[in-house]
Amino acid sequence: MNSAVNAKKRMDHFMTMVFFAGAGLAVILLIAFVGYVMIEGFGHMTAKIMSFENGGLGNQLFNTLYLVFLALVFSSLLGVPAGIFLSEYARKGKVVKAVRMAVETLSSLPSIVVGLFGYLVFIVMTGSQWNLFAGALSVSILMLPLVTSVTVDALQSLPDSYRQGSYGLGASKWQTIWRILLPAAFPRIMTGLIMAAGRGFGEAAALMFTAGMSTDIHWDNWDVSSRLCPLNPFRPGETLTLHIWALRTEALEANANEQAAVCSAILIVLVVSFSLAARALSYHLDKKMGGNR
Amino acid sequence: MTSITSAVKKAHRDERTARIFITACGLIMTLIPFLIGIFLFVKGTDTFTTFHHPLSEFLFSGEWDPSDTAEGGGKIGSAMFITGSLAVCGLSLIFALPLCLASAIFMTEIATPQMRRMVQPAVELFTGIPSVVYGFVGMTVLIPFLRKIFPMPFGFSLLAAGIVLAVMIYPTITTMAADAMTSVPQAWREASYGLGATRWETIAHVVLPAAKGGIVTGIILGLARAFGEALAVAMVIGQMKVFPKSLFLPASTLTTAISADMGGAMEGGEYSAALWTMALLLFILSFIFIFIIHTMNDMFTLKGDKR
Repeated sequence: MNSAVNAKKRMDHFMTMVFFAGAGLAVILLIAFVGYVMIEGFGHMTAKIMSFENGGLGNQLFNTLYLVFLALVFSSLLGVPAGIFLSEYARKGKVVKAVRMAVETLSSLPSIVVGLFGYLVFIVMTGSQWNLFAGALSVSILMLPLVTSVTVDALQSLPDSYRQGSYGLGASKWQTIWRILLPAAFPRIMTGLIMAAGRGFGEAAALMFTAGMSTDIHWDNWDVSSRLCPLNPFRPGETLTLHIWALRTEALEANANEQAAVCSAILIVLVVSFSLAARALSYHLDKKMGGNR
Repeated sequence: MTSITSAVKKAHRDERTARIFITACGLIMTLIPFLIGIFLFVKGTDTFTTFHHPLSEFLFSGEWDPSDTAEGGGKIGSAMFITGSLAVCGLSLIFALPLCLASAIFMTEIATPQMRRMVQPAVELFTGIPSVVYGFVGMTVLIPFLRKIFPMPFGFSLLAAGIVLAVMIYPTITTMAADAMTSVPQAWREASYGLGATRWETIAHVVLPAAKGGIVTGIILGLARAFGEALAVAMVIGQMKVFPKSLFLPASTLTTAISADMGGAMEGGEYSAALWTMALLLFILSFIFIFIIHTMNDMFTLKGDKR
C-alpha cells in the first residue's frame, strides 16, 4: 500500500519535472531566438544601412509602412461594414453561418494562395506591372477576417440598453449604429486594426508576385503620377520581408547578411510593438468597461 | 413641409442607403473566398482539361517535367511535392507537440497565475513573427549547426525545414491547448484530488481527456499553418526536386515549388498550369482542415459535456 503511494508520488514529481523542463526549454529557445535576431540586427545597424541610398533599407522600410497603411484602409473599408452586417443586419441562422464560414475559410487560406489570386486578378487581368497597390490589396484580403470578426465582437459586446435607449429616443437603426454603436465600439475596432497591422508587416508570400522585388524611388520627386515618386502606389515596392527573401536567396550585395539581420530586427520590433500596443489598449479597455468580459 | 417631416424623410432615405451598402459589403466579403476558389479552380483544372493529364498522374506520379509551352506534352507528376509537404508537416508536429503540450500543461496546471500572466502573452507574441525571419535565422544559425553535428552534405534538408516549422507552429498549438485546458471546470480537478489522485493523475485522466477537442483543433490549425507556409520552408529545405528519402537531404514541398517557379513560368503554359493545380490542392486542403475542425466541434459539443 505504502509503496504504491510512494510510486504515485514519485511519478507525480517526475512528470512535474518533465513539464517544467519542456516549458523551460521552449521558453529558452524562444528567448534565444529573439535575442539572436536583436543582437545581430542592432549590432549591424549603421547609418549607411539605415539610409535611403543604395545598400540602405530606408526605402524598404517606407514601402512596408506604406503598404500596411494602404492594406489597413482597404480592409477596414470592407471589413468594418461586413462586421456591422453580421452583427446588426444579418438574420441569425443560415446567412450568419454562411458569412462566418467565409470568414473562417479566408483566415485559414495559405498566404501564398492569396498571393497567387492577387497576382492573377490585380496584375495579370489588369495588365499592369508589379505594384504596391496590388500588394496592399492582397494583404488586405488576408487582414479581412480579423477586421470583420473584431468588429462583430466589438458590436456584440455593447450592452443592449445602448440600442434600446437610442430606439426609445426615436432614432432609426442606421442612426443608432452610426451615432451610438460605432463610436462606442471604436476603441475595440481600433485594437483589431492595430493587430491586423502587426500581421501585415510580416507578410511576404502574398507579396512575392504582387508588390514586386525591386524598388526605385527618388525622394526629391513629388510628382505623384511619376513611377519614381515614393507616394505613387502604382510602382513596384519591395518590402522588408521581400528584401530578406531576395537577399538570402540571391545574395547579390556584399553586405547581404548584415542587411538581412537588420531587416529581421526591424520587423520583430514593428510586429512586437504593434501587438503589445493592441494588448495594452484592450487591457485598458477591459478595465475601463468594468472588466466583465 | 415642416422640418420634422423632412428630417424623418431623410432618416428613412439614409436607412435604406445604409442597409443596401452594409448588405453589399457583407455579400462581397462572403464572395471573396468563393471568388478565390473559382479562379483557382478555373486555372488549376487547365492541367486536366487543356493539357489532358489524368488526375492520377498529378497525384501519384513522381515524374516532374512540365514543358514551359502552351502545347504541353510534359510530365506533371507532383507526388514528390505532396509527399515533401506531408513529410515536413509530420516532422514539425513530432518536434513541436511534446513541447506544446508540456508548455500548455505547465501554464494551466503548474504555474502560478502570476507566472501564467507572464508566459502566455510571451508565447502569443511569437505567432506574429514574420516567417522570413524564421527562415533567416534557420539559414544563418540552424543550418551550420546541423551540418556540424550530423553527417549531411548541405545542411539544407528536410530536418531543418521540420525544425523551423516546429518553431512556427509552437505558439498556435500551445495557445489553443492552454485555452482548452483552462476551460475545464475547476470543480473537476477538485473532485479528482478529493478521490486521492495526484496532480499527474488528475492531468492525465481528467484534464487532458476533457480538453481533447481543443487540443486537436489546435493541432489541426498548426498543421494548416505548416502546410501553407512557403518562404521559411523554402529558405531551409534546399529545394531539390526529389522525393524526400532522407531527413538529411534537401527536398521540395508544394509551396516551395510554387514560390520558386511561378515567377518564371510562362502564363498559360503547361508549367504554370501545373503550379496552379498545386495551389488549387492547397486551397482544397485548407478547406478540408476547416471542415474537420467543424465536424469535430460538433462531435464534442453533442456529447453533452456541459462546460
